[in-house]
Amino acid sequence: MGDLRDAHGDLQLESVTKRFGDFVAVDGLDLEVPRGSFFALLGPSGCGKTTTLRMIAGLEQPTAGRVLIGDTDLTGSRPYERPVNTVFQSYALFPHLSVHDNVAFGPKRRKAKDADTRAGEALELVQMADFAARKPAQLSGGQQQRVALARALVNRPEVLLLDEPLGALDLKLRREMQVELKRIQTEVGLTFIHVTHDQEEAMTMADTVAVMNRGHIEQMGPPEELYDLPRTRFVANFVGQANMGPGTVEGTDGDYLVADVYGTKVKVKRSRSQVQEGSLLFGVRPEKVQVSRTQPEGGGNDVMGVVKDVSFLGVATAYLVEMPSGTIWSCYEQNLDVEPIDLRPGDQVWLRWNPAHAFAVAPEGALQEAAR
Amino acid sequence: MASTTAHRPSATRRTRTWLADHFVMLVAVAVLVYLFLPVAYTFAFSFNDHGKTNIVWQGFTLEHWKDPCGVPGACESLVTSLQVGAISTFIATVLGTMMALAMVRYRFRGKAMSNVLIFIPMATPEIVLGASLLTIFVQGFTNLGLRLGFWAIVFAHIMFCISFVVVTVRARIQSLDPRIEEAAQDLYAGPQSTFWKVTFPLILPGVLGAAMLAFSLSFDDFIITNFVSGNESTFPKFVYVSARRGIPAEANVIGFSMFVIAVALVVAAQVVRSLRTSGSTNQKG
Amino acid sequence: MSAAAHIPSSTKGEGGAQEVRAPAGSRWMAYLLLLPGLLWLGVFFVLPLVQLGAVSLQSRWPDFPGYYYPDLNWHNYVQALTDYGPHFARSFVYAGLATLFAFVLAYPLAYAMAFKAGRWRGIMMICIIAPFFTSFILRTFAWAQILSDEGWVADVLNALHLLPGGQIINTPIAVVAGLTYNFLPFMVLPIYASLERADPRVIEAGGDLYANGLTTFRTVTLPMSMPGVLAGTLLTFIPAAGDFVNMELLGPQRGKMVGNVINDQFLAIPGGYPIAAALSFTLMAAILVMVFLYVRRFGTEELV
Repeated sequence: MGDLRDAHGDLQLESVTKRFGDFVAVDGLDLEVPRGSFFALLGPSGCGKTTTLRMIAGLEQPTAGRVLIGDTDLTGSRPYERPVNTVFQSYALFPHLSVHDNVAFGPKRRKAKDADTRAGEALELVQMADFAARKPAQLSGGQQQRVALARALVNRPEVLLLDEPLGALDLKLRREMQVELKRIQTEVGLTFIHVTHDQEEAMTMADTVAVMNRGHIEQMGPPEELYDLPRTRFVANFVGQANMGPGTVEGTDGDYLVADVYGTKVKVKRSRSQVQEGSLLFGVRPEKVQVSRTQPEGGGNDVMGVVKDVSFLGVATAYLVEMPSGTIWSCYEQNLDVEPIDLRPGDQVWLRWNPAHAFAVAPEGALQEAAR
Repeated sequence: MASTTAHRPSATRRTRTWLADHFVMLVAVAVLVYLFLPVAYTFAFSFNDHGKTNIVWQGFTLEHWKDPCGVPGACESLVTSLQVGAISTFIATVLGTMMALAMVRYRFRGKAMSNVLIFIPMATPEIVLGASLLTIFVQGFTNLGLRLGFWAIVFAHIMFCISFVVVTVRARIQSLDPRIEEAAQDLYAGPQSTFWKVTFPLILPGVLGAAMLAFSLSFDDFIITNFVSGNESTFPKFVYVSARRGIPAEANVIGFSMFVIAVALVVAAQVVRSLRTSGSTNQKG
Repeated sequence: MSAAAHIPSSTKGEGGAQEVRAPAGSRWMAYLLLLPGLLWLGVFFVLPLVQLGAVSLQSRWPDFPGYYYPDLNWHNYVQALTDYGPHFARSFVYAGLATLFAFVLAYPLAYAMAFKAGRWRGIMMICIIAPFFTSFILRTFAWAQILSDEGWVADVLNALHLLPGGQIINTPIAVVAGLTYNFLPFMVLPIYASLERADPRVIEAGGDLYANGLTTFRTVTLPMSMPGVLAGTLLTFIPAAGDFVNMELLGPQRGKMVGNVINDQFLAIPGGYPIAAALSFTLMAAILVMVFLYVRRFGTEELV
């Protein structure tokens, strides 16, 4: 079994399925994570992301499918046989061992002669060398988190799994650790797979983000792409906010599709629409929408609405605008000027956006309030 | 004048509030005194210069403390009790801990039945346990060479201690975060080293607590012991048998000494534990 | 040290979440771990009970006291119940009273420990457990000294003309007092364990809502501690109902409890085995039925 630990290469999941009784947690998942990348599995709780992680770690066995690193099939092997280490959500530090012994635990199990030196180096890397003699209970949440990271990193695993590792930290500390994690990943060059339900966290750190929902991957790609061009309604709503409305394709205009959304003609680039005919779900990101008192020139993508709420956020001002159809859109206007905002709830406004920024996805099922 | 009349009710009210606030505590202290009263009597009457029976105070003497073993059978029975306690505690703790691990960590057929089998001995009056053991020893085991006496006591004590060990250790295992063991596996520890390096050290306090419980149950048992002891005498049996004639004050000396030793051990254990974990105030289960 | 340790599990009742999920073959590991203990309980608990049942149906050889032959002599049960019915009644009444008194004494103590004691909590805990370390027979005997005719308790009560018989030792009162004392810690510890888990803020909220302390207690505090009360009453009642030592050391010569009868029939009187076995079996059955009904009526399913 020793050869499993020497497996090298990209991580691959081949149509992996996991059932718990009647419940399908992960449904025929295919995934390839290139060696050395920072990969994020993003999704709401219960979407199967943690189960996927546990199958990679070997803590769960898939009901069907294979888990491989390079050419080595890991399916069926035990957690302690795999070149994979995990940073657990609750850290799961050994409470009876000192920080140093926690970190040296892995190398010692593998009979490494330099276990203590390596533990020291790993603690150095996460800036916890001064705390080596302490017990986990004597550390703060953030410090425990670093130790948990060191304890996994010290083994130089082929794949490092992070299960919502920042979930228990407060906002400021989380920001710090995000930067830190990214730095460490670049430094050690290992494959990191990071599971989180926090889209902002996934976007800041990962090279590639896979959005998971109900046991399968909705969309995978670099963060910018997911945000800019979501391919499903779920992704559009889960990664950032989106103003959306159901519509029907009525024709084409050059590179653009023309659709009817609540009686308004809107345009969307053909390449930015997942649907070329029939019904679709039209969407625009809030910051791409401009709010003005008068109807902008050169019509097309503009709609009149009524302001419902104005909140001043500093860098930007957020408006909630009720559309003729009754749906609420949100818009962010950067506060480039120093003039006070003169729009008040009840005011009539025009909303406008560049048609090149719009996108459209398949409507999938019942109509739903798109904007929050 | 007006001020005093205004002041007086507030004073009585203050007393009343104080009483209301501290009433529960006062009752609690009274109950604790009640719990300790017989222990104090046992201590006091160990100095009684008694004649035939040690019921009435007759005068102070240190005689009984000089040679507690002077009374025939007293120390022999104490040694027997300690031996029985040690052996049955060890075996019951090992068996019970194994069972607790199985009950918490595995799913298997027959679990509900095992649960019932573990629970019922605790819900059975000791006299029934003792009586049933007596019948099987006299009418069955004796024919196999297993007679009433020292080993019969040990086997019986193991039986009634097991259940208590299981529930104590089980509570400890249930309070463990299963992720910790997963972390060990994730860090290349196989099943064996996961158990010995991680699980066992973490459940050890529960196991030690269970062992202490088992020992005190065994050491103090009289009813079951009385049925299966044959001619063997344990300390409680010695005390009970001599109660007919009057318990010698030496028994009080031994009983009270055991009390002091046990309390000292418990206090020492507490001190050691608080020293070891001092500073680790934010530990959460 | 007794009940405290094992009570927490009685009310927590979790476990499902921590089971090892799938690993094939691990079931054998479970059986391997369980087997020695279950075997032990089988040989030294189940088998003896079966034997006890068999003995309870045996008949005596008329001319050889102490010798029996296998039979299905149900008459033993009839005889046991007609001859010793009053003893049963006494056992249950005395044990019931002792349980009630123990509850009355234990609750304030447990409550004070859980909510009022602060840093004295550990010391109070040691105080409750510590008396266990003196032999329980010695402590019961100490009650014989305390309650003796020459003792101060009898003096005080006599001076107040509260003792019609002029005596407290050798009366049922002394027996109930002894039973109450002996099993009191078994009542305190489980109640404390369940109160300690309760959130004091809930009780404060109750105080806000009802203002009246008694109503708060009845509607908020008591229900929260019910699992502990349940465990405590069982841990007190069961051993008290089977006890004979308190009756022997503190009680009257006549009017014994069923425990005394069983003990004497087995150990003192030749030829008493079948009747005593029938009595034991009836006692155990009665208690198990009561426990079952009691848990059904008041308790959570998960007692262990």
